[in-house]
Amino acid sequence: MTGIVLRLLSAIPTLFGVVLVTFLITRVLPGDPAVFFASNPSMTTQDIEAVRQSLGLDKPLPEQFLIYLGGLLHGDLGNSLSTGQKVVTEFANRLPASAELTFLAFFIAIGVSLPLGIAAALRPGSLIDHLSRVIATLGVSMPTFVTGLLLIFFFYFVLGVAPEPIGRLDPFMFEPDRVTGLYTIDALIAGDLELFAAALKQMILPAVTMALFALAPLTRMARASMLEVLGSEFIRTARASGLSRRKIIMTYAFRNALLPIVTTMGMTFSYMLGANVLVERVFSWPGVGAFAVDSIINLDYAPLQGFMLVMAGIFIVVNLTTDVVVALIDPRASR
Amino acid sequence: MTNPLLAVKDLTVDFITRHGTVHVLDDVSFDIGDGEIVGIIGESGSGKSVTAYSIMGILDHAARIRSGEILFQGRDVLGMNRSELDRWRGKAASIIFQNPRTALNPIRSVGDQIADVLARHTPARASEIRAKTIDALKQVRIPDPERRSKAYPFELSGGLCQRIGIAIALACAPRLLIADEPTTGLDVTTQAVIMDLIRNLAREQKTSVALITHDVALASEYCDRLIIMHAGHVVEVAPTAEIIDHPRHPYTAQLLRSVPSLVDSIGELQAIRGSLPDLRRADLPFCRFAERCDRRLPICDAERLHLGPALERHAVACRNPL
Repeated sequence: MTGIVLRLLSAIPTLFGVVLVTFLITRVLPGDPAVFFASNPSMTTQDIEAVRQSLGLDKPLPEQFLIYLGGLLHGDLGNSLSTGQKVVTEFANRLPASAELTFLAFFIAIGVSLPLGIAAALRPGSLIDHLSRVIATLGVSMPTFVTGLLLIFFFYFVLGVAPEPIGRLDPFMFEPDRVTGLYTIDALIAGDLELFAAALKQMILPAVTMALFALAPLTRMARASMLEVLGSEFIRTARASGLSRRKIIMTYAFRNALLPIVTTMGMTFSYMLGANVLVERVFSWPGVGAFAVDSIINLDYAPLQGFMLVMAGIFIVVNLTTDVVVALIDPRASR
Repeated sequence: MTNPLLAVKDLTVDFITRHGTVHVLDDVSFDIGDGEIVGIIGESGSGKSVTAYSIMGILDHAARIRSGEILFQGRDVLGMNRSELDRWRGKAASIIFQNPRTALNPIRSVGDQIADVLARHTPARASEIRAKTIDALKQVRIPDPERRSKAYPFELSGGLCQRIGIAIALACAPRLLIADEPTTGLDVTTQAVIMDLIRNLAREQKTSVALITHDVALASEYCDRLIIMHAGHVVEVAPTAEIIDHPRHPYTAQLLRSVPSLVDSIGELQAIRGSLPDLRRADLPFCRFAERCDRRLPICDAERLHLGPALERHAVACRNPL
């Protein structure tokens, strides 16, 4: 317990470092946001200077940083120049969209990769072992926009079983009352099963696209770590004691094999959440990844800094969760 | 011995490796009687552990049992299917390993690991299993068994881990206990304690013990009979005192001269000449000791050699014994 508190406290300097570095990185990006913002031929130099002043960009860097920090402490991430909205509001709308997609993709990936990896490890060199290798290799070597487009082509265009791949919900449906921001969960809370099905349908193709990508590291790790544990001496002891096959595989081998798998899961999850820009683009998903890329293109500092900060925060939370789960599995890790 | 507890007959095992077939065991035969403590002795690579693993059905995937029988109370162990084997091992026959710490599941409490075996072979209510687990810990003289049953292997010393290994192996009071170098990973004082424990428990439970070791001095102290192995052959079998006083196989004689506590003076202490032949060779001599032997005769290379009548009190596989 104290370990967890310590870990949380140690996140504070990390977060401060992230704030500082993201601030500096955005400042060294080429281009002048004031010029970009005032990109109207009728604007004079004075007008641009006025914009610069209103954005606070004329002040020295340390002062800009302090202003930014002060805002952060009040939960204010600034305003987006391109949408005019508060960055916090943007994230409140977009993060749940990304999170919902990532969670579904993550669960699909785990649901497929763990059984596949374990089956492959139980029979190395068998058909299922080769199958798992092919799936993992395909998943990692096909760019997500290609798999995404292929899935759209087959399931929407050719077969017509998938809904139109635009956004989180059919344009003719109303989004559920906001509780969590996750449409499927909110639809369930509202008791609207039709809406739930619609939201889920909309998510399946992008989620499968993302899951295919996450399949590779998870399957390979599941296979490798299961193989290693199955070859260890305590498994030999368990076999020599006549324990049942089920007991040996699930209680003895799998729990031990889970340790490296959980760590890989944490990494994969953080990576999926932030790095699925292409998937969000292909499926017009209003998530944070697409938003961050737009911000870079528009030299929109505030959302960009906000994005990096939120991602850093999520990485910290995911790592902490990973540590807690590992400590729950492995008594050696908790002291 | 009219009806041995365990009879290994002409067991031949190969290992298929990337570098060729290794002929690990060749026509290995021996018996273990009821309540006997038998030492299986040999250098590393002589096939002692492979013999043990063959009996327990825990051979590596690369191993192929080419021929032979293993009879336990008349039942053919090699012919058992998986579920028969699983009901037999851990209950009627069990094994303890060389490396007590790695032989235990690192993330399961030692009490649970003993309970798993009990629950498997003698299903009962959870409270009963728990009581039996504590009994098993008491039996191997673990202080404060209630508390220790919740400990994980990394919290216990090597000696305590080996006691847990013994507790797991003896939990269901098996008829045969195979101890595969049980004290090699432990320090000398712990060695004696563990060996005494194994001997005393075996006597109490009337369990036969096969003590696998390269330590002749240790074996001669605890065993009723010794089986000497060399390069996958059984070369000599005899009661301990007889083999120590009158070894007949040249290898046994050399082996005994290499043990400090068994020679009269340091001057007599000798290293064993040469090393084990490469067991991958296709042209292995009929007597695998021939190339290290100073009593080799032309007849040694002429025809196949068998251990004298298997049930003889003192059997030796040599054309020109001492």
